[in-house]
Amino acid sequence: MNIVNILEEIEKVDGEIYERLSPRRSAMKDFYSMGKKIAFAAAPLALGSMFTKAYGQTLPTAVVNTLNFALSLEYLEYHFYNHALLGTDVTFAYPTTAAKAAITTIRDHEKAHVDLLKGALGGSARAEITYAMTDFTAGGTFGDVYQNYLTFLKVALGFEDTGVRAYKGQATVLKGNAVLTTALQIHSVEARHASHIRQMLAAAGASIKPWISLGAGGIANDTGVPQVDPVYAGESLDVQAGVTITGINGQSGVTKAVAVESFDEPLDTASVVTIANLFLRTGSKL
Amino acid sequence: MKNNELEIKDELQEKSLFNGSLGRRSFLQFAGASAAGMALVAAGCKKDRNFPAMDGTTLDFKDDFGVLNYAYALEQLEAAFYVKVASAPPSSFTTAQKAYFQDIQFHEIAHREFFKNALSTAAIGSLEVDFSSIDFTNATSVLGAAMAFEDLGVAAYNGAGVRIKTDAYLVLAGKIVSVEARHAAYIRDIISNGSFADLNSMTALGANNAGGLDGALTPDKVLGIAGKYIKTKINVINL
Repeated sequence: MNIVNILEEIEKVDGEIYERLSPRRSAMKDFYSMGKKIAFAAAPLALGSMFTKAYGQTLPTAVVNTLNFALSLEYLEYHFYNHALLGTDVTFAYPTTAAKAAITTIRDHEKAHVDLLKGALGGSARAEITYAMTDFTAGGTFGDVYQNYLTFLKVALGFEDTGVRAYKGQATVLKGNAVLTTALQIHSVEARHASHIRQMLAAAGASIKPWISLGAGGIANDTGVPQVDPVYAGESLDVQAGVTITGINGQSGVTKAVAVESFDEPLDTASVVTIANLFLRTGSKL
Repeated sequence: MKNNELEIKDELQEKSLFNGSLGRRSFLQFAGASAAGMALVAAGCKKDRNFPAMDGTTLDFKDDFGVLNYAYALEQLEAAFYVKVASAPPSSFTTAQKAYFQDIQFHEIAHREFFKNALSTAAIGSLEVDFSSIDFTNATSVLGAAMAFEDLGVAAYNGAGVRIKTDAYLVLAGKIVSVEARHAAYIRDIISNGSFADLNSMTALGANNAGGLDGALTPDKVLGIAGKYIKTKINVINL
């Protein structure tokens, strides 16, 4: 990880980053000396804490709430994949070493996101969500999630596509804030995950594209899994900012399906909370 | 930047200009251009100095139209690339790959036409592209270029988001960037299965694996990289 590069990136969106940091020279000094000692894996945490010191109490409440909301989702995703790799009750076999490696890559990214968000929030970070607080069977809807590889992938896809929509739905809260860039950088990584999980599903025999298409019969859910309908609510939109995309400017190749595939839709906070709560036990719901 | 990488325009003969510090309203000029490519001529813009009318297209980042036109320029580039690939795919492409490259072609066309209509009279003109560095009969060359376009596109949208002032446009950029990321992951997996989010390979684009973060680049950096594929001179102001 190139810390200097990150500072430069921040400088581009927040020209006052060094000014913000300079009255707190000790924070910078602590950070740099720490950087020499700590392992790379711990760097995001250290970086996050430096941001907290730099921005101090200047993070608006709405931004804190959004970052905590994102943190909740990242905890869920992390535990979902981590358990699929380490859980003793997991009985399905990964069809290939590549499949397991991909899940490991995704798990590691979710962990990195958790650490980054926790660090950025500092003392404002929400309480940890542990695996014990989760229920990835969603109360039995996906009862064999850790016994059936296909079920596991379907739930994984639900998480990734929800994650992409959730970050998109929070963008306006972060508008103009340096944090937006970081959120966007997480958002597109989640989209890469979603694309790969879709390819894993296709490899396992499902009829599904790397991008969200129009479902059978013109419905918004293109996965063929009706239990995840709420994840795709509104995805069949083909009018963007008042511009009808289907057949735009005489482009006959731009069918309704293409129009739907070309734009991923956001999901509002309440809808995402409803989905996330399916996977959280009573007492731990958002 | 090395001097030999600079193509200095006649009207900007004063070498000292390049030593001047870049103010907020710096003047950046990108030129695609001839073989060796070029291309970033940057000069401090003196208020009392009259610049001659510039050729090519100007992206004025003073407001959201500038950012949208920037996106429009990149979508034009991507669409032109995929139209060419889809019309005559490399012979080693599988049937499924041909079909998905058709899909991607139409996605990029949809993006391009969307920006054209949304910008209406504020839209920049059509860009002239230069794909002479790509061998369209060779799958490795085509996939490498596709990956470069997609990863760069993702980094471009991620880096430009913070400039957008209008909620609706910010959300729209978000709607498009995740589709580009899906493309990027798909193409990367064709090249090497499992590399869908190999963030370590994208540090030059601003990605950071330890933080699980994708690329994010400012427009000047993006246009500097994309410059070799664009013949039309793109002038950038108010960045």
